[in-house]
Amino acid sequence: MTAPQEGRAHNRDTPAYRASRGAENRDKPAYRAEVAEVAEVAVKMPLADRESFLAKAFLLPSILYIVALVGIPFFMAIAFSFSDITAGDPSFDWAGLRNYRAIFADETFWRSLTNTLIFTLVSMVLVVVLGKVLANILVADFRGKWLVRFAVLLPWTTPVALSTISWLWLLDSVFSPIDWVLRKIGYLGPGENVYWLGKPHLAMASVIAVHVWRLVPLAAVIVMAGLVAIPRDIEDAARVDGAGFWRRMFGITVPLTLPVIAVAGLFGAILTFTDMTVVYVLTRGGPTNSTQVLASWAFFKGIQGGDVAQGAAIALFLFPLLLAAAVAILSSVRRMETL
Amino acid sequence: MAVATIDNTDADALRRRYRRRHVASRVFVYVAAITAALIAAGPFLWSVITTFKLNRDLYNPANNPFILNAPPTGDHIKLLFNGTPFLTFVWNTVWVGVLVVAITLALSLPAAYSLARLNRPWSTPMAVAIFFVYLVPPSLLFLSLSRVVATLGLQDSTWSLVLIYPTITIPVSVWLLMGFLKAVPKDIEEQAMVDGHSRVGAFVRTVIPLVFPGIVAVVVFAFVITASEFIYALAFISPSPAKTISTGVPTELVRGDVFFWQSLQAATVLVAVPIAFVFNLFLEKFITGFTMGAVKG
Repeated sequence: MTAPQEGRAHNRDTPAYRASRGAENRDKPAYRAEVAEVAEVAVKMPLADRESFLAKAFLLPSILYIVALVGIPFFMAIAFSFSDITAGDPSFDWAGLRNYRAIFADETFWRSLTNTLIFTLVSMVLVVVLGKVLANILVADFRGKWLVRFAVLLPWTTPVALSTISWLWLLDSVFSPIDWVLRKIGYLGPGENVYWLGKPHLAMASVIAVHVWRLVPLAAVIVMAGLVAIPRDIEDAARVDGAGFWRRMFGITVPLTLPVIAVAGLFGAILTFTDMTVVYVLTRGGPTNSTQVLASWAFFKGIQGGDVAQGAAIALFLFPLLLAAAVAILSSVRRMETL
Repeated sequence: MAVATIDNTDADALRRRYRRRHVASRVFVYVAAITAALIAAGPFLWSVITTFKLNRDLYNPANNPFILNAPPTGDHIKLLFNGTPFLTFVWNTVWVGVLVVAITLALSLPAAYSLARLNRPWSTPMAVAIFFVYLVPPSLLFLSLSRVVATLGLQDSTWSLVLIYPTITIPVSVWLLMGFLKAVPKDIEEQAMVDGHSRVGAFVRTVIPLVFPGIVAVVVFAFVITASEFIYALAFISPSPAKTISTGVPTELVRGDVFFWQSLQAATVLVAVPIAFVFNLFLEKFITGFTMGAVKG
C-alpha cells in the first residue's frame, strides 16, 4: 500500500510533477483510502488484510453497542417527555406538551435549573483556579511527592457517593468538627451549631465545596498534562532573560496552556452539571428543595415519584448546555493541536 | 587586589541573596504541598479517627473530635464485615467490574485500532462522535434505560449494570487506547506484515504487546469508573443483596435516622485507599493516553 519511494522523491515537489499528477490530494486520507481500496479489491486480498473491511469490522461492535444503549435511549428519553408513562403504567400514550407545562408551572423546577447553573458556574471558576495552583504544586520537585500526590488524588478517585458520606459526617448538624473548632476559637457560643446543611445558603455552599474538593484534582491532572507539553526551552529562555515566576506564569505558561485549562474547566463543569450524587447523599435536595438540581429533581420525580415522563422532560434540559460544553471542549482541543 | 576583594564580597552577597530566595521558595513549596494534601485527604483522615471511636466518645459534642478521648475500638469494623452486607457489595462491585472491563476491552481495542491506524476518511469524525458519547451523562439516560432494563427483565438484578456500564467505559477507553496506539511506530507493524503476518496478525502479535501497559491503565480506569457509578446503580436496583458499594454503603448502613457513622467511615476508607493507590501507579499513563488521543495520527 505504500507506493515505492525510490526515484521520485527528488522531483516530487517540483510544480511540473504536481501538475502532471494533480497531486495536492495525494496525502489526504480520503484520496489515499480510495486508492488503497481500489487496489485491495483489484488484487483480492484476504479479508484479514483488507483495511477497508477491517476498519469497519473493528469499529462496528462498539458502534452498535453505543447506538443500542445510548443513541436509542436518548431518543426514547425525548419521546418519554411527550408521553404519560409512569412506573405503574409503562404504556406509551402521547401527551403532547403536558409534561412541559407541568414542570414550567412548578417552582421547584426553576429552582433546580437556577441551582444547577449556579453550582456549575461557581465550581467551574474555583476548579480552574485551584486546579492550576495544584498543578503547579504537583510539578514542583520535593521530597515525599508520592505521598502528597496520593493524598491529593483521593478526592477524585474515591467513589463520589462514599466521599460525600465523609462530608455528610464532617458537616453533621451536632457533631461537626468544624463547629467544634469554631466553638474553640470563640466564633460560636457553647452548644451552638452552624447547621451547615440546614440553612439554604450554607447548604448550597456545602454542595459547591464538595464538588470543588472532588474535581480540583482532576483539573490539576489535566493541566499538568498541558504543562508537561510546553517546550522547556521557551521557559528557560524567559528565565535567562530575567523573567520572574509570575511573569513566566502569566506571560508564557497560562497563555500556552489556555486550551488545556479550558478543557479542565469544561470537564469540571460537565461533571458538576450532570451530577446528582453529591446532592442526593448530602442534602436530598433540601432544606425545602433549596439545593435541588436538575439531575436530582429528575431522579426524585422519575424514579422515586414514579412519574417517568415528567422526570424525562426535566432531565432533557441538561442537554442543550451539555452540547455547548462539548463543542467548546472540542474547539479547545483543536486549538491545542495547532500549537 | 582591591578590585578583586570588592568583587568577591559582591558575589558573596549575591550568593547569600540567591540562597535565601532559594530557601524561601523551597519552604513555600513544602507548605503549599502539605496544605494541599491536608485539604484533600482531611475528610479521610478524620474518617479514620472516627472509625475507632466508641459511641460515648463520638456522640459527645464537648469531646475533641480530632483525637481519641476513650480507648480505640475495632467493634465497628467487625460490625461492618459481620453485621452488614458490606462484603456482598464488595463482591458485586468486583464481579460487575471484571465483566464490564472484559466487554469494554473486547469492543474498544479493535475500535481504537480502527480509528487510530486504519486511516479511513471517516476516522476523525467517528473519533469525535465517540468523544461526544463520553459526555452524555447517566443523568440524561437513566429514566429511559431503566425502562429498557425492565423490559429485558433485568430490573433489580446486578446484571443490568453489566449490560449498561460498558456504554460509559467504551467511549473513554477507545479515546485512551487511540492515544496509546498512535504512540506505536508504524514501521513495527509494517515489518511484521513484511515478515508474513496479516494485518490482524500484526495487530495481535506486535501491536498489542507493545501497548500492553496502556491496556492495563485502561483496565484500571474502566474498573474505577464502574466502581464509582451511582445513578444507574441507584435507579435500577433496590434489593440490598444486589447492590454495589457505591449505592449499598450510603443506603444500607443507615437505618431510618440512625447512621452507623463509624462503620460508614470505615467502609469509605477501605474503598478509597486501595483505589487511589492503584490509580497513582498509572497516573502518568492516563496523562499520556489522554493527550495522545487528541493528537492527529
